[in-house]
Amino acid sequence: MSPSDSGPPGSGRDCFDRRGRIAARFAQLKAEGRGALMPYLEAYDPDPATSMALLRGLPGAGADLIELGVPFSDPMADGPTIQLAAQRALKAGGSLAGALAMVRDFRRADDDTPVVLMGYLNPILSYGIDSFCTEAACSGVDGLIVVDLPPEEADELAIPAREQGLDLIRLVAPTTDEARLPKVLEGTSGFIYYVAIAGITGTRSATRDALAEAIPRLRRHTDLPIAIGFGVRSPQQAAEAAQVADGAVVASALIDTLAQSLDERGRARPETLRRVLDQVRGLADAVRGARVSA
Amino acid sequence: MNQQPLPNSLRQGPDLRGRFGEFGGRYVAETLMPVIQEVEQAYNAARNDPAFLAEWRRLLKDYVGRPSPLWLCERLTEHCRAASGQPDKGAKIYFKREELNHTGAHKINAVLGQILLAKRMGKPRIIAETGAGQHGVATATACALFGLKCIVYMGATDVERQAPNVFRMKLLGAEVRPVTSGAGTLKDAMNDAMRDWVANVADTYYCIGTVAGPAPFPQMVRDFQCVIGEETREQILAAEGRLPDALVCAVGGGSSAMGLFHPFLDDEGVAIYGVEAAGRGMDTPEHAASLNRGRPGVLHGNRTYLLQNGDGQIQEAHSISAGLDYPGIGPEHSWLHEIGRVTYVGATDGEALDAFQLCSRLEGIIPALESAHGLAQVLKLAPTMDRDGIIILNLSGRGDKDIFTVAKHLGEQL
Repeated sequence: MSPSDSGPPGSGRDCFDRRGRIAARFAQLKAEGRGALMPYLEAYDPDPATSMALLRGLPGAGADLIELGVPFSDPMADGPTIQLAAQRALKAGGSLAGALAMVRDFRRADDDTPVVLMGYLNPILSYGIDSFCTEAACSGVDGLIVVDLPPEEADELAIPAREQGLDLIRLVAPTTDEARLPKVLEGTSGFIYYVAIAGITGTRSATRDALAEAIPRLRRHTDLPIAIGFGVRSPQQAAEAAQVADGAVVASALIDTLAQSLDERGRARPETLRRVLDQVRGLADAVRGARVSA
Repeated sequence: MNQQPLPNSLRQGPDLRGRFGEFGGRYVAETLMPVIQEVEQAYNAARNDPAFLAEWRRLLKDYVGRPSPLWLCERLTEHCRAASGQPDKGAKIYFKREELNHTGAHKINAVLGQILLAKRMGKPRIIAETGAGQHGVATATACALFGLKCIVYMGATDVERQAPNVFRMKLLGAEVRPVTSGAGTLKDAMNDAMRDWVANVADTYYCIGTVAGPAPFPQMVRDFQCVIGEETREQILAAEGRLPDALVCAVGGGSSAMGLFHPFLDDEGVAIYGVEAAGRGMDTPEHAASLNRGRPGVLHGNRTYLLQNGDGQIQEAHSISAGLDYPGIGPEHSWLHEIGRVTYVGATDGEALDAFQLCSRLEGIIPALESAHGLAQVLKLAPTMDRDGIIILNLSGRGDKDIFTVAKHLGEQL
């Protein structure tokens, strides 16, 4: 797993550009007959070293894919848990460039676990779309979820992302109706992120029945794997989501654990890493125990 | 509402994608896209429905008290003529008296239009964000009038510095939710209002207070506020027999300014000035001058000029005026700035405070601190203009809400 040295001209840095990690991982899980656990953590929360250690520890704890949140000052689709995570991360110096550097470090030891960056558009615009896409691919990022970029506005990012082999993963919401679905799905790749509730992160959870109705409806329009996020908190919920769909994203529940483990000044304690990764293990066990009837 | 613009007009925007040049658009989470498209469809139907427009006009006349007067400020004019030190300088100053509207500011014009739209869409729950509280009070007022539930998001910092407006909203039956995320100002209130809307799309209408946000809000709020400029045009033609030489208005999000400017955009002889809050100085870190010191980005559903750091993180704005304390600006202003049709300048906290006091003493009108920023520019400009020139300031709001802030800055105990 040695990185190629075909980095961008003049960068002199290792390049981990490799296409198809997401598709390969979902194909592998399908063969195993189970869905994916996809933990989400905010880059640089609560500090760069702890955040990096968490990222490195996730595959060993059972993460099948990883969503790395890019901190933004105004996370409009997020509830208080991720808002506070973003504030801690920004205070610790977090940025889009910092998130890319974390993925590059991660890739030195792991060339297989897909990593998806999730965040908002403005830091990408500020970085410069073309150089961001080049750098992201080279850093070993596999996909992008940009919350405030609906398909109507997506071209300026979708085209350079595709050229770099980055999957642009779209969000489908309970409010996305049949007429709109094809437009949302067009040009999406990697997987579909189903937002389980009409709401913000870390608040309510969808009922099992609502998901059992929504996911087959979505499947009629796409062959891509479907991950469920927003309100997936417990091992049981993760198992159910991974069973009815192809993956479960758990974010606020993990970040709540992280936040509770911090000392009174918001710094990581020795047990921070273990507590978060133990929770990932519990979620992974549940997801792995829930086999999908073929 | 708006007259049909000419083919080569600057008044044709936005395009079908909700853009003014490269600015505007609709950058929101997927959950909100369907409801925003529903708002757009409903608005396009309403603006072509004579019954809708007639009802809005009736409210403006009999409830708001429109048309608002155009007042010739004789003493201010004399003051500027004296200040010029030249016998042939010192333009005639007029105020468009939006502060005389019911609820004391221009905000009510667009609120009534939007609340009628919400009723038409069958949305019984109204949410709004507010900075100074003027838009919150206007929204609470309209909701009381129509019996709708009203929730106003207001930054915790603003709740504190705009206590009288908070109490007004409560008296009007609205629930005021203080927002503690971020710095607790207008930007954060808008974030929380968006979060509320995402979670309550089925029964809720988001009544945005300015010409910003995802399309169609910048256009819709502008269209409703254009009543200001349309009246001004008729009134100045009646008073002077010609169009003015200059228009001036403060810009935060920029709704009062768009309302005054838009009907004059195609009149080449009319110079137009938007006044940003320069806070403690445009070259200090503490200001709200998005156009003069920011760069384009995406926030709150639209692409526009924003105060942001090198990493694309949005920065806190600063202004003595809570209504201008916003790190962005409506996208149409960004476009007018780039094409050079409107000149955007700054006025500091200190200049606004001086103008606030001068206006009170010379005209017997206590202006909102927002409007005082516009007046500060008039005080700079009028003495440089010819004596037969005409300059019109949009006096967008009254200053009763600001007397505590001003007293504090002047070292007075109330």
